[in-house]
Amino acid sequence: MSIKGRVWKYGDDINTDVIFPGKYTYTISDPDEMAQYAMEDLDPDFAKNVHENDIIVGGKNFGCGSGREQAVVCIKMSGIGVIIAKSFSRLYFRNCVNNGLYVIVSAEAVDAIENGEEIEVDMDNGTIICGAGTISFPPLPPEVRGIFEDGGLIPHTKKILGTG
Amino acid sequence: MKEAQLSRKKDLMGQTFAEKILSKYSGRTVLPGEIVEVKPDIAMSHDNTAAISGIFEQLGVDTLDDPDRHVVVLDHCTPPANEIFAMNHKITREFVKKHGIKHFFDIEAGICHQVIIEGGLCLPGTIMVGADSHSTTYGAFGAFGTGIGRSETAVIMATGKIWFRVPETIKIIIEGEFPEGTGSKDLILKIAGEIKADGALYKAVEFAGPTIENMSVSSRIVLPNMAVELGAKIGYMVPNKATLDYLEGRAQKEFEVVESDADATFDKIVEFDISELEPQIACPHTVDNVNPITEVVGTKIDEVFFGSCTNARLEDFEIVAEVLDGKKVHRDVRMLVFPASRDIFLEAMRLGYVQSIAEAGAIIMNSGCGPCMGNHEGVPAAGEVVLATNNRNFRGRLGNRESEVYLSCPLVAAYSALNGVISDPRNN
Repeated sequence: MSIKGRVWKYGDDINTDVIFPGKYTYTISDPDEMAQYAMEDLDPDFAKNVHENDIIVGGKNFGCGSGREQAVVCIKMSGIGVIIAKSFSRLYFRNCVNNGLYVIVSAEAVDAIENGEEIEVDMDNGTIICGAGTISFPPLPPEVRGIFEDGGLIPHTKKILGTG
Repeated sequence: MKEAQLSRKKDLMGQTFAEKILSKYSGRTVLPGEIVEVKPDIAMSHDNTAAISGIFEQLGVDTLDDPDRHVVVLDHCTPPANEIFAMNHKITREFVKKHGIKHFFDIEAGICHQVIIEGGLCLPGTIMVGADSHSTTYGAFGAFGTGIGRSETAVIMATGKIWFRVPETIKIIIEGEFPEGTGSKDLILKIAGEIKADGALYKAVEFAGPTIENMSVSSRIVLPNMAVELGAKIGYMVPNKATLDYLEGRAQKEFEVVESDADATFDKIVEFDISELEPQIACPHTVDNVNPITEVVGTKIDEVFFGSCTNARLEDFEIVAEVLDGKKVHRDVRMLVFPASRDIFLEAMRLGYVQSIAEAGAIIMNSGCGPCMGNHEGVPAAGEVVLATNNRNFRGRLGNRESEVYLSCPLVAAYSALNGVISDPRNN
């Protein structure tokens, strides 16, 4: 699987309150509608201009703060195909895997990638092709990869329970 | 042979609390970095139970794995601000009834973490998860407490199980006595300012040392509660005598304290001497943007939010009531007061604290999360400044991205409410 798209680059410690404001957490339950508010308090241009398969690049501790899952769902539904960061908050990382949104931890890639450039991420071979060259990244841990490959925690659990 | 040697070596090594409890619950000796599957004792959800129930229903399972392991508390928008929140509560009540969840606390009870503690459900040596990031709070009682997602909570409802990566542990040793005008909130803000929002990312944080051992139950809770603001998976402390006394006659079942071994391997040991600690303020718009109060004294404020799972317990009420007694909140300031639970509210009323605070002109609100996530009950206007005793000041946190939020302890909040500006309690 590979994804090619435009980069939306942000800084360190991007918190879930600015990704999906708390005031919407109980009033918006439709995933498509969530996408309209993605990044509202960080980058009001994001939701209007993001395209399918675009890529978010963040600094360290991406997704810190509240563990609200909508902060992942809104990003996924906005079309983002992968998030690359120097590190993720643990809850955000879990919520990404559990919702089948691919995450890459690579400080080298984050430093190399420019905002707005088009890059290609090849999940099978573990490479990112960007203006600065080709960068390798480590795969997800095997225990976690299974959840992602099944499409997220809910389909994964249904498969285990035999209720799928 | 190699594996047998490794496991024997593991058995001989001292373990941290996190390694020990995850070994116990997974049935094998584990090291940091390994992934384990465990069955938590308690899984908490709040107003998000309505959404979680919808995810649970997708799983194709008719009944909960163990309804007695679930705690449901309505607190995030109580009473409901509009028909959407009201329906959310209705769905939650119906789900609780249908599945026989006996640990259910409706909108009158208070904030989930406080209600669980008061209900004797937060016990040493147990694994407690919650669909709320501040579930690190439970470490104040020697539990492995951590936040999980909505989907994960739904899966625990169906299977009882969840995976964790075994964390490395940072030990934070605190020594010294709190100088006048400071308390545990100033300490955790000081730590956040020093080690930053990712300083304990993926790690367990163990708070230790004489200062921690001598603190009250309420003051201790503040530290693990905000451990998540350092990126931590859990915050932990060995239950002290005050904590064990608190649990006496309250604990809903027997428990066994689990502690780090004396020869456990810590990722890092950090020491703080608080003898010179000053009141600390987290400035907009991050929790780790911390300054000593002297840097921001005189900043004009429009609202004081005294509440949250961090700082709205009885001892906080005592502190605030003492400052406000016989005085008046500044005419340009709205002071909103949210007891962390109904039990705290009733006791604060009995002791006269509520009387003093209300007579000073503060508005006594119902127990619950209040404006902490911008739902209702005190959303600031654009351009306004809020001084809050809660745990997060991210942009838009209280419901308006054009407002600014400063975080402080209740003592600073009380003096500042009187003066209309951020005020140093040592000069008042």
